[in-house]
Amino acid sequence: MDGVQAVEGFFDPETQSLIGSKCQGCGTYAFPAKSGLCGNPRCMSDQFDLVPLSRRGTVWSYTSASYQPPPPYVAADPFVPFSIAAVELEAEGLVVLGQVVAGVANADLKVGMEMEVVTDVLYSDDEGNKLVWKFRPVEVAK
Amino acid sequence: MTSAKRVAVLGVGMHPWGKWGRNFVEYGVAAAQAALADAGIAWTDVDYVAGADTIRNGYPGFIAGATFAQALGFQGTRVSSSYAACASGAQAIANARAQILAGLAEVALVVGADTTPKGFFTPVGGERRDDPDWLRFHLLGATNPTYFGLYARRRMDRFGSTSEDFAAVKVKNARHGAANPNARYRKEVTIEEVLASPMVADPLHLQEICATSDGGAALIITSVEFAKRHGLQPLVTIDAVSTMTPVYPNTVIEMPNFATDSSATVALPERGFRPSITAAIYEEAGIGPEDLSMAEVYDLSTALELDWYEDLGLCGEGEAEALLRSGATAVGGRIPVNPSGGLASFGEAIPAQAIAQVVESVLQLRGQATGRQVEGATVAITANQGLFGHGSSVLIRC
Repeated sequence: MDGVQAVEGFFDPETQSLIGSKCQGCGTYAFPAKSGLCGNPRCMSDQFDLVPLSRRGTVWSYTSASYQPPPPYVAADPFVPFSIAAVELEAEGLVVLGQVVAGVANADLKVGMEMEVVTDVLYSDDEGNKLVWKFRPVEVAK
Repeated sequence: MTSAKRVAVLGVGMHPWGKWGRNFVEYGVAAAQAALADAGIAWTDVDYVAGADTIRNGYPGFIAGATFAQALGFQGTRVSSSYAACASGAQAIANARAQILAGLAEVALVVGADTTPKGFFTPVGGERRDDPDWLRFHLLGATNPTYFGLYARRRMDRFGSTSEDFAAVKVKNARHGAANPNARYRKEVTIEEVLASPMVADPLHLQEICATSDGGAALIITSVEFAKRHGLQPLVTIDAVSTMTPVYPNTVIEMPNFATDSSATVALPERGFRPSITAAIYEEAGIGPEDLSMAEVYDLSTALELDWYEDLGLCGEGEAEALLRSGATAVGGRIPVNPSGGLASFGEAIPAQAIAQVVESVLQLRGQATGRQVEGATVAITANQGLFGHGSSVLIRC
C-alpha cells in the first residue's frame, strides 16, 4: 500500500504487524514500545527489544465513531462513520485499540471474534496516503 | 468503626451547572460564597485554600487555588492547586484534609469550577506526537465516548445487557435530577426518548453520554474540634479519601491509552483499578458496601454507572442490570445511586465534579435534599477516576 505512516513507530506497514517492546529485565510487553523505565514497578529495567506483536487476536470490545471526531483527527469530507475495536493479543497479554476497516459494521462484530492487523489508509492529503494499523475480522478476510 | 482521621464538612455550596459561557472564576467564587454562608463563617476565617484546576481556561485555571483566593481577596492563606482530570476535586479535598489532620490548618476552602467548550473534549493544542491523548485522537479518532462505548458493548456481549437497561439508568438519574436545583437538565425522560436520540458510540446514544458543562462547587472543611465549637449539627465528616493510582498491570483499556498493560509475565493485581479505588475507602473507614446509604458515582455514560455498581461491591459481576431493574438504586430503594441526578443531569464540569459529589452527599446526610432525599442516609460514598490513572473516592458520614 502506497503512503507513509501517519506517525512513525507503531507498526510495520510491510509486515502489517504492530511493533511493541519486550523488556529485557522481566519480559513484559508494551504497546506502544516503551522507552524510559519498564512499567513493572518491581523491574526498573530500561532495556527493551522492539518486537513485532501477534498479527491476530480476539475482540475484547468494539464501538463506533458515529459522530465526526474533532481534530487532531483528520476526517474525510463527508465524514463516514467507522468502528473501533479493542483487540486482545493473547501471547503478549495486551489489549490494543484500532479502527476497524471500512465495510465492517458493528453488527458484524462480537466479543471473542478473531481479528487481524492490517495496514490501511488513515487519511490522504496533498502528500499522499497516511497509513495506520487497523483491524479486520479474519472471517471477512477469507 | 469511627475513623481517627476525620475532618468535618462545615459548609457546602454550588453554582448551578449549565452552559453559561462566563468566566469560570465567577462560578467558583459563587460556590465559595455559598459554602461560606452555609458554614456560617467569614472568608477571613479560612486558613487554607485548595483549588481544583481547569486546563481549558488559560493560566488562571492552572493555578486555580491562587486564582480563587485572589478573587475572594488575598489574605495570606496556605494554598494549593491540583490537576488530576476528573479526579482534581478529590485531590483538592485530600490536600485540605491532610493539612487539617496535620494541624497545619483548621478551616479549608475546597473549590473547583469550569467553563467548557461545546462538543467532544479535545486534547489541548499543539502537535504532540509523544502524548497518548493527542495520538488517540489523531491515529484512531478515539474520543472519550469511544471508551464508554467499548465498556458498554462488552457488558452487552458478556452479560446480556440490553439498550433498554442502559437507557433505564438515564431515566432514573433524570428523575433524580429533576428535583435538583443545581442540575443542568431537569426534565424527566423515557426509555423511548433516550433510545431515539442519535447514536454516538455504539451502543450509546447522545442522551446516554454526559455533556460538558459550566459549574462550580465548594466545601468548607474543618477540624472536627472547630466544627464542634461551631456547633455543627449533624456532624457530617469525611472519614476516608482515596486518590490512588492503578497497580501494574492494568488490563482494562483506559482513556487516553490505546493499549492496556501486558498481563503476559507479571501477575495481575488483586483487584482492577476501579474496584481498588473503593476497596481502599472501605479499608480506611473500616466499613463495607453493605454499610452504605447511598453512592454518587461517575456516570460518564449510562453503562458506566452499572460498572460502578459492581466496582463498589453493591452486587456481583454481571448483576448490575438486575440491581437496577429491582429499583434498589433509585431514591426510595435500598442503595440509591446518584440521587443528585449524576452526570446525566449535570454534565461534567471537570474540576468541580468530584467536589459536587461530596456536596450532594452532605446535603443528603443532613436531610436537605428536597425532592430526592434518601431517607435516613448516614453513610455516603463518592467514586470517580481521572484520566491517566487518578483514583477518586470519598467517604462521608454523620
